[in-house]
Amino acid sequence: MRALDLDYMLGLVPVILGYVPLTLGMALAAMAFALVLASLMAVERVVKIPVLDSFVKLFISFFRGTPLLVQLFLFYYGLPQVVSALAQINGVTAAIMGLTLHFAAYMAESIRAAILGVDRSQWEASQAVGMTQGQMMARIVLPQAARVAAPTLVNYFIDMIKGTSLAFTLGVTEMMGATQKEAAGSFLYFEAFLVVAVLYWIIVEALSLLQRGVEIRLNRAYAR
Amino acid sequence: MIEISGLTKNFGGTPVLNRIDLSVAPGERIVVIGPSGTGKSTLLRCLNFLDRPDAGTIRLNGMTVDAAKATKAEILAVRRRTAFVFQNYALFANKTARQNITEALVTVQKRPRAEAEARADEILREIGLAEKAGSYPAALSGGQQQRVGIGRAMALDAELMLFDEPTSALDPEWVGEVLDLMRKVAQARQTMLIVTHEMQFAREIADRVIFMEGGRIVEQGPPSQIFDAPQDARTRDFLRRVG
Repeated sequence: MRALDLDYMLGLVPVILGYVPLTLGMALAAMAFALVLASLMAVERVVKIPVLDSFVKLFISFFRGTPLLVQLFLFYYGLPQVVSALAQINGVTAAIMGLTLHFAAYMAESIRAAILGVDRSQWEASQAVGMTQGQMMARIVLPQAARVAAPTLVNYFIDMIKGTSLAFTLGVTEMMGATQKEAAGSFLYFEAFLVVAVLYWIIVEALSLLQRGVEIRLNRAYAR
Repeated sequence: MIEISGLTKNFGGTPVLNRIDLSVAPGERIVVIGPSGTGKSTLLRCLNFLDRPDAGTIRLNGMTVDAAKATKAEILAVRRRTAFVFQNYALFANKTARQNITEALVTVQKRPRAEAEARADEILREIGLAEKAGSYPAALSGGQQQRVGIGRAMALDAELMLFDEPTSALDPEWVGEVLDLMRKVAQARQTMLIVTHEMQFAREIADRVIFMEGGRIVEQGPPSQIFDAPQDARTRDFLRRVG
């Protein structure tokens, strides 16, 4: 066993930190798209629109049933060969697309369960005052479901941040890609990957603090 | 004028409402009484399509709806002309007392927010909860929640207000304040259809009392007739048991 090269590790921190914005940017973009897509799919799964319902079920089944890495390769290396419009797709776009679709499938199921958990009286009261189904969902049901789903959704976001590291296999130089390059130059693989692991860890821990804040805010209406 | 004819509802083959005919004059206050499970609540719920009637027509001041074939638009139109007060209050849990009142005014009636808020503040004063405007339902007592529930219904300026056992879920200590508020609504000659077990209250405010059993209207008339000289043996039997 040799001693850790601490100087090297400290020097690496600012280099990798430079790629945090790209990592977080991909995760945030994918999370935003996934939330919208997942909410739409969840609402559809609850109200069940005839033909669309089968399609949504198939979508969720496929994106939950196949590995994220396979999906990313399919989008980046595969799709451009058959869809010429995607020939120019870059790694970042493909990664955001893959993360969005993959996590939307999981999140849709969590949001659906949360919607079904909203008390029957809330649906009836919305109907009784004459709301359309869309108004009921947007104004009453989804906000209440959000509170129930929030902890799970933040967990998916944490998973998503870590999932961005797979973008390095699409040639994207994000935190993981940058570390790989540095390590290949210095041959100090243990030091390099330890540094990037700790940096991911710190980001996720910071998020857990944010998670607590979000939950307090969402629970505000329910304090006695 | 509100006219209901042949209103029928079955649950799993069992008739719960059996060809109900009923007309309600503007400003009339009707109290529906009867044993549990005789279709009183179902009647109310069918009138605004919380339960879908199997047959019958509902005529609301010029608009006639074939209940079994009602389109989405017709159902919304009926709901927007009626207001419903629930047994379990059913306040929007994610909205404050004030927002519970403004919500439908803004979202459904498309009134300007400022106007809706002014109306809500007026209602909150009327129901004696001005100081609770910013409270969420979870922070209100049962009586307060039901008063907001009634306030929310009042704000809609509906042609018909439906009350589904509004005091049955309340602790006894809160019943009085809710009945007091309903008296106030009745004094304003709001058209009301009330299902309740509060017989003294019914005697006080009803223009007409309807006794239901087995999904049918057995007997109806002014409170003096129903309570003091009921014609039907079933009415007499029921009143003896409750009272």
